[in-house]
Amino acid sequence: MATFTPTAPAHHPLTSRGIGGTLPPIAGGGDNNRPDPGLPDYRRRLRRARLGLLVILAPVLMLFVSFTSAYIVRKGLPTFDPATNSVVHDWLPVPLPTTLFLINTIVLLASSVTIERARRQIVRQAALAPVSDIPGVSLGTEREFPWLGITILLGIAFLTGQWLAWRDLADRGFFVSTGPSSSFFYLLTGAHAVHLLGGVLALLIAGSTVILRRPLESRRIVVDVTAWYWHFMALLWIYIFALLEFAR
Amino acid sequence: MALVLLLFLCLLTFSSLYFFVAKVWWFQAGASSVAASLDHQFVNTGIAMGIAFLVAQLALGFILFKYRDREGKARAAYHRGESRPEVLFIVLAACLFMALDIGVDLLGGHLWAAERFRPAQAGSTLVEVNAMQFAWYFRYPGPDGRFGATKPELEDASAGGESAIGIDARDPASKDDFVSGVMYVPVDREVDAILRAHDVIHSFGVPAMRVKQDAMPGLAIHTHFTPTKLGDFDVVCSQLCGLGHYKMHGIVRVVTQDEFDKWQSAREADKQ
Amino acid sequence: MFLGIVAVFVGMFLSLLMRIHLVWPAAVLPFLGDIKPETYLTLVTMHGTIMVFFVLTTAPQGGFGNYALPIQIGAPDMAFPVLNMLSFWITFLGFVVMVGAFFVTGGAPLHGWTGYPPLSALQSSGPGEAAGADFWGIGIALFCVGALLGGLNFITTTLDMRARGMTLMRMPLTCWAWFLTAILGLLAFGVLLAACILLLMDRNLGTSFFVPAGTINGIVTAHKGGSPLLWQHLFWFFGHPEVYIAILPSMGIVSTLLSVFSRKPVFSYKTIVYSMLTIVALSFTVWGHHMFISGMSPYSAYGFSVTTMAITVPSAVLTFCWIATLWRGKIRFTTPALFAIGFVSLFVSGGVSGPFLAQPALDIPLHDTYFVTGHFHLIMGVASMFGILGGFYYWFPKMFGKMMNETLGKLHFWFTFAGAYAIFIPMHYLGLAGYPRRYSQPEVGYLRDLMPVQRFITIAAFITIAGQLIFLCNLIWSLAKGRKATDNPWEATTLEWTTATPPPHDNFGGLTPVVHNGPYEYSVPGAPRDYVMQTDPATVTTH
Repeated sequence: MATFTPTAPAHHPLTSRGIGGTLPPIAGGGDNNRPDPGLPDYRRRLRRARLGLLVILAPVLMLFVSFTSAYIVRKGLPTFDPATNSVVHDWLPVPLPTTLFLINTIVLLASSVTIERARRQIVRQAALAPVSDIPGVSLGTEREFPWLGITILLGIAFLTGQWLAWRDLADRGFFVSTGPSSSFFYLLTGAHAVHLLGGVLALLIAGSTVILRRPLESRRIVVDVTAWYWHFMALLWIYIFALLEFAR
Repeated sequence: MALVLLLFLCLLTFSSLYFFVAKVWWFQAGASSVAASLDHQFVNTGIAMGIAFLVAQLALGFILFKYRDREGKARAAYHRGESRPEVLFIVLAACLFMALDIGVDLLGGHLWAAERFRPAQAGSTLVEVNAMQFAWYFRYPGPDGRFGATKPELEDASAGGESAIGIDARDPASKDDFVSGVMYVPVDREVDAILRAHDVIHSFGVPAMRVKQDAMPGLAIHTHFTPTKLGDFDVVCSQLCGLGHYKMHGIVRVVTQDEFDKWQSAREADKQ
Repeated sequence: MFLGIVAVFVGMFLSLLMRIHLVWPAAVLPFLGDIKPETYLTLVTMHGTIMVFFVLTTAPQGGFGNYALPIQIGAPDMAFPVLNMLSFWITFLGFVVMVGAFFVTGGAPLHGWTGYPPLSALQSSGPGEAAGADFWGIGIALFCVGALLGGLNFITTTLDMRARGMTLMRMPLTCWAWFLTAILGLLAFGVLLAACILLLMDRNLGTSFFVPAGTINGIVTAHKGGSPLLWQHLFWFFGHPEVYIAILPSMGIVSTLLSVFSRKPVFSYKTIVYSMLTIVALSFTVWGHHMFISGMSPYSAYGFSVTTMAITVPSAVLTFCWIATLWRGKIRFTTPALFAIGFVSLFVSGGVSGPFLAQPALDIPLHDTYFVTGHFHLIMGVASMFGILGGFYYWFPKMFGKMMNETLGKLHFWFTFAGAYAIFIPMHYLGLAGYPRRYSQPEVGYLRDLMPVQRFITIAAFITIAGQLIFLCNLIWSLAKGRKATDNPWEATTLEWTTATPPPHDNFGGLTPVVHNGPYEYSVPGAPRDYVMQTDPATVTTH
């Protein structure tokens, strides 16, 4: 875009259009609405998406901070028992399915590794995309290891494992309303699972773009942002596990 | 327009301040030992804030009038407020306001501490204030000075009195407890009120005594005050508790020590 | 832009609802018995909830912000337009669910917008507390999610999409206000969402986060051990930043309007920015002042009192800066200017009643009385409304290409300004005299003596509401027959006035503005006109 030519007649006294330049010549860069094909305009979009993720992680964190503070308060809270006219503590620790949780943790950490691999794989693919545009050149991308698919499977495995943990607790008679400690057990693991499910869905969308033949850049952004989100979810899970295990 | 604004702001300032200064609508006559100092602190704060209110609104009004746009008026003055004297002025204004705040706090800070940081004195009249939808029940411990146990399962509001708050007859301490619909207290002696809510949050508010404390289910909250005047004083529930919140009215009846003793003996005799 | 217009219309529809709500609770007072006590409390609850969330939080941010932020920083749109639309539709769904509470069995809840458990947690604690309260909780939860997505957009857009030359310290103060509001929202709404989830669990899954052992209606509840105070802590940790979320955008708008219409730069741009930042930081430390007599430790009450007094200082500094902006100006009393001026007056009035409530000892007689109601309506409700209305009159020409009628606008201003004072100042007197909040009828003798004041307030409310019809008429008439607006009818300097009226879909017609100046260069000595556009390279002033 070279110079701006006013299409309005002369200049309006109330705007400085025409005087000194309201919309002066565009010096290169800037956020054009016509993305240059091949140029990494998607680099800006990626940066923006990552910034967006960072921002949205704040309220997710606040949600779990609130749950944690409720947990700590509730655990230590004495309550007035009218039956004895005295103040009692009524927190009974819930028996954690520790082994199952450990397995789930390993599964989740493994999925963190696989999604990181998927992220780097797609970075490479995106970088080489212009090359593969050249007719006759093939990079053999069709036979790359399906890291993304494996991550999705591992994510689903984790969620299944969590559900099994819930079943385990229910079998032992600890339901969501049994006592405060069990309420928090279901709350914390449930909230985490819901958020992780969101991540799984995002990966499924990314995976489906292969079939739908959407541009590689979009897929790369989705996978990249979801990967960072996934790592956050893994760290969050470790925190929740530690809280439930050690702050019983 | 500027003149109208100025006049309106003057009218607003002076009329609203008038109603405060003339105490047209004011606190109820104080009937407890803290009332005088609390009211005094309110007036102190009122003076400080009243001055701030007056100065700000009138300054606004006068500036609007003086600097209104008129025919042939020169350009506005280009003050960005970032030069050294201007910044200093801002800091000064901030410090002035802070001084007002601190002054007000220094004057009245002890009031809260004096009442809330200490438990009731020994020898206070002990009353358990029971709040439930939508009535107040006042329980007295009787000669043994102890309140007996209550159980939620035993509550029966239709039977009134002791049954309403679910007194457990099996507890020996509850044999001499009695419940009154009116809170009798002797004058000039501290009252140790233990607030208990049975269902939802209520609040024991006695405007004349300058007393207010939420009654929280699950907690037994102590609050204390010393009535200094004889008579009946309204208790108004001061925390939304349901559809009958506005009807949840009680009475604190302040009587002489003799009358209180007579009343208490009569009620204790009933329990024998 | 589309989103902005839709959101503004939603906001207006809600403010119409507000008018209806205003009339009915007030109408109980002289016409006793027409409205049942539980209905009254329902109206109180829904009025508060809808106004605080769906009007005061949505309109300035979602309504104006979505429209004006991109254009003021020189961007074609918000960072994530799809997420933005999602945010709007989720908020809309939340509103539908919220209003739906009126239509379920038992009706809407009566536990107040603050929703304290156990009243809000036990399904049998009152009419409307069954399905109605669930709808309320879900409506709020949906609103939280919508608000979070919106906040995400604001922060990302402000940080990443400013035009060249638009440094953070050259942004109009409106943009700063939206940015800081979004930060507040991001940190606060997560906490409210957590609280709502816990409440819904207590209500429906039998947990006892907030409900201790006890009875309701004579029946022993299945709960034990919970803490109602926990809800209060969580709610007010959100609730206090929420009031700043409601007022900050209006502060930004007013700062701009005062500058534009006194033809002077704002008095100390940097001070205003730092003051707003201080308020944002401190707003997370003061929540306990809503809970002085809740049963919380009296020592922490004292701590909260100190932080609350502290937060009055940046507010006072802001007021000083606004008045100083007008000083030595050349004030044009257009309708937007009037609303900005009204804001300053209302902010002062509402603000001076704060230090009474900030002292725990004085809070004892004043807590849960009409004194509190008068205080927050003046400083949060009406002041915020004035910012919204001022912004509306200001941006209307740009949005719709027509000018609004000035006479009707001024009339609207006076009805609202005088009316608001007539409604809310007397509430302070009622509070002093000990009239508790949320009382549907006066049963006690001394309350009945205060009824003349209540009647005065009701009449003032009727008149003020009637005045809002002037605004609606003005709106409809101006859209149809208003004078055509030029590109920069107010002779303002910020970027939205450089583009066509109404702006093209991507705000600048495929071009990118380059910014050379700050946003408030009015009456620059030596400049040919009394305003210098931000994009004007002729006068590059140093910051």
